[in-house]
Amino acid sequence: MQHDEVIWQVIRHKHCSFMSKITTGIFCRNPYNVTGICNRSSCPLANSRYATIRDHDGVFYLYMKTIERAHKPNDLWERVKLPRNYEKALELIDKHLMYWPKLLVHKIKQRLTKMTQMRIRMRKLALKTREKIMTTPRKEKKREARREEKAEKAAVLDKAIEKELLARLENGIYDGIYNLPFNKFLQTLDTDDLQAEDENEEESEVEYVEGNFELEEEDDIEDLGMKDYHIDEEVDDDDDDDDDDDDEVNAVEEQRVRRKSKPAHEKSEKDEFGKKLKKRPRIHVEVEHEGGERQKVTF
Amino acid sequence: MGGKRKTNENEGMEGEEDSKHNIKKMEKEKSEILPSSIKNKEKRSAVHAKLKHQKKLDKRKKLKARDAAAKRALELGEEPPPKQIPRTIENTREADETVCMPDDEELFAGNDADEFSAVLKQDRTPKILITTCRFNSTRGPAFITELLSVIPNSHYHKRGTYDLKKIVEYANNKEFTSIIVVHTNRREPDALLIIGLPDGPTAHFKLSSLVLRKDIKNHGNPTSHEPELVLNNFTTRLGHRIGRLIQSLFPQSPNFRGRRVVTFHNQRDFIFFRHHRYIFETKEIKQSESKGKKAKDTKGESISKEKVIARLQECGPRFTLKLVSLQHGTFDTKGGEFEWVHKPEMDTSRRRFFL
Repeated sequence: MQHDEVIWQVIRHKHCSFMSKITTGIFCRNPYNVTGICNRSSCPLANSRYATIRDHDGVFYLYMKTIERAHKPNDLWERVKLPRNYEKALELIDKHLMYWPKLLVHKIKQRLTKMTQMRIRMRKLALKTREKIMTTPRKEKKREARREEKAEKAAVLDKAIEKELLARLENGIYDGIYNLPFNKFLQTLDTDDLQAEDENEEESEVEYVEGNFELEEEDDIEDLGMKDYHIDEEVDDDDDDDDDDDDEVNAVEEQRVRRKSKPAHEKSEKDEFGKKLKKRPRIHVEVEHEGGERQKVTF
Repeated sequence: MGGKRKTNENEGMEGEEDSKHNIKKMEKEKSEILPSSIKNKEKRSAVHAKLKHQKKLDKRKKLKARDAAAKRALELGEEPPPKQIPRTIENTREADETVCMPDDEELFAGNDADEFSAVLKQDRTPKILITTCRFNSTRGPAFITELLSVIPNSHYHKRGTYDLKKIVEYANNKEFTSIIVVHTNRREPDALLIIGLPDGPTAHFKLSSLVLRKDIKNHGNPTSHEPELVLNNFTTRLGHRIGRLIQSLFPQSPNFRGRRVVTFHNQRDFIFFRHHRYIFETKEIKQSESKGKKAKDTKGESISKEKVIARLQECGPRFTLKLVSLQHGTFDTKGGEFEWVHKPEMDTSRRRFFL
């Protein structure tokens, strides 16, 4: 009749489907186990009088098994619903398991405590937003990567951007800022000098409105020797049209221009961008005793 | 099979009647020689190889003929025969009825009434809040510092563990115009969430191919001038809306003297982001007189001509975006109304694009 011992011997030493061994210990996967550890006193199969607490959808039930029903597996476990209130649940457990071994009752109460704590925590977490992890099938990832590469090749980006910028230049959005094509500009200058100066003075007023930072740039450009017109520094250096400026610039200034522009030519063009920014303080000193009158006009 | 072929040829030579006859003949020929109908593997592969070889020879012949015709026309001084246009995916794109037309009244009315009109009409200056997902590591912070330098008037706040909805409220109180959330997965930024404010749309982009500034060769350093914006190829209605969303991140008064351009180029639903400093230059093209083709200026018989080109120096990060979903209000995945969601069934056709 009372073959708990036999069951335990068989289970423990031969094979139990619910047992799982890991590095830290031996555990029992049986859902009716109180502690979850594979033990002589915690095994629901090897104890004919046993009780547990299980949780269904947030409601706790006390399950009890007695030896009188051991031959009726269908009615083996008797279920009692436990109240929501923790203290009342404890009292109910005491009432039902009054004459049961104290160790088991203690284990059950510990389990109840743990489960109520877990229930509180799960409810709190459900209120917060958690990030949901979505998986992408590997096929899609590869497909997207392939399509992206092909799209990048099809979109010849540098050319597209350059085309767009040139189109904007043609449309006249940058009027007043750039003087291109350069030769035509020089021609117009040669023909009417005075008109050009008037235009430039107007331009200089406009520039003042935009901000002081710009003014510093303009000062430098002018002091590179291009007194009468505003040209971008880089365009200035890159063009080989310094010869044209002989007519309009003093010999002294011109020498300075030549000296500055030559090292610029030798180094790579890309460095010029950074160099311009660094050059500025150096040029600024020399400016002061040259272009005094120019500064008065702009300010 | 050989016998049948002979009779067909005879018919063709004798009666040159309608094209219908020819088509029928071709169909018959096709059905006869089709390799997939031959069950014997050796024979089938032999027939297939022969067909392929034949096709290759035909192609080469055609090419030679074309080149010869062009050369002849050139020598004679006539116009060469028109060049054939190669077939590309963009050429053969599936016709989309939502493509914006230039004279669409409804479109302009929609633009006036949409969420970005306030920013785009310069009533509000854009103020961007950049933040991340809860766990941010490795390339995320570097990417964010670069984004801060690209987008003017942007601020970075650490995420903490705030809900996104709370962050939206906070941003509304502080008068931001947009929020950008950089999402990191496996220590790499891989998604961008752009939320317009106060009740603007939420666009979720997938981010890929991120290259930081320090990894670009010969990179330049961006200044703090307001950049110019270039938005290419946003043709459909959805694309137009996304284009306006991107436009609302940047100030509407670019500083042309800063020579800074930010490009969002859409190609086959991938939005490529580039950030350059540009400069216009004149380049001299030396031509010999015999080449009459490249006549750009009509300056008579000058030998060297000048052309204006733009040169770019890349600065700033480089990445690719792909739209995953566009939701109508501010961030609300459960209750919000989605204007557009990417579904896997949309990828079935290689010629169909949505932006």
